[in-house]
Amino acid sequence: MPTIVVEVMPKAELLDPQGKAVLGALSRLGDTRFSAVRIGKRFEVTVDGDVDDALLAEVRGLAEDMFSNSVIEDVVSVAVVTSTGSGSE
Amino acid sequence: MRIGVITFPGSLDDRDAQRAVRIAGATPVALWHGDHDLQGVDAIILPGGFAYGDYLRAGAIASYAPIMSEVIDAAAKGVPVLGICNGFQMLAEARLVPGAHTRNAHQQFIRRDQKMRVENATTAWTSAFETGDEIIIPMKNADGRFVADSETLARIEGEGQVVFRYLDVNPNGSLNDIAGVSNERGNVVALMPHPEHATEPGFGPDTPDAMASGIDGLKFFDSVISTFVTA
Repeated sequence: MPTIVVEVMPKAELLDPQGKAVLGALSRLGDTRFSAVRIGKRFEVTVDGDVDDALLAEVRGLAEDMFSNSVIEDVVSVAVVTSTGSGSE
Repeated sequence: MRIGVITFPGSLDDRDAQRAVRIAGATPVALWHGDHDLQGVDAIILPGGFAYGDYLRAGAIASYAPIMSEVIDAAAKGVPVLGICNGFQMLAEARLVPGAHTRNAHQQFIRRDQKMRVENATTAWTSAFETGDEIIIPMKNADGRFVADSETLARIEGEGQVVFRYLDVNPNGSLNDIAGVSNERGNVVALMPHPEHATEPGFGPDTPDAMASGIDGLKFFDSVISTFVTA
């Protein structure tokens, strides 16, 4: 069954407190090469049947309106993955 | 006057809000998130808590609850709506008030008796105050950092839609120290601190006068009640 993968990130200009906390933990491990961490979200929407353009457009709309809040987040990708495993694009 | 308090799965302070309504002299009406029925109430409160577990984003799933379509219609007609804490997050997610919330800047849940300034005493929920009043209201949140883009911030500052501002301490990193905002019309007001927890002597925040004596939250309810008495 095809899966539509939506990725959402906090807006670049906004403080990402979670990412900052992870960066703090990384620096406590002693490696000084990491300069920033930002944490986003990945949605895997499994579809019954085929993904056509209309459905993809609907999910793009949902990505903007429900999966993300445009005040604080950006939708960075919406992609169809045909295998049941995970994939990034 | 009948004031509805909506209970969502995960609401915590719905009963406290009902109690505050009763103390202020109005009749609380318990409303249910899964209904499409406001039971003809004169005003609506979205209480604090963690509706739908705050999954996705705080208030996000709740903003799609069945009753929210009626709340959105009522707000458009001018019915007074108050969002407290999680209720603020819902109203922001529903786009009934500007802005959004992120995790507190320091990443910690915070609970404190918070000093605020009333910046606009002309809204449905602040008319019993004077603009400039300094009040103490308890707050407790993890996702309380108010954010909006700079254009929106400039607009709401200019239009008087910043209703409450944190004083002395910015507890969560909110932009411009914003604690509460309203819609353009002023019938929808939302804030992170909890006025319903400051309505009864002995159970409120500490004040310079006495422990637990703070009842500054009562004026929120007095405000909306007086609107209806004089109308």
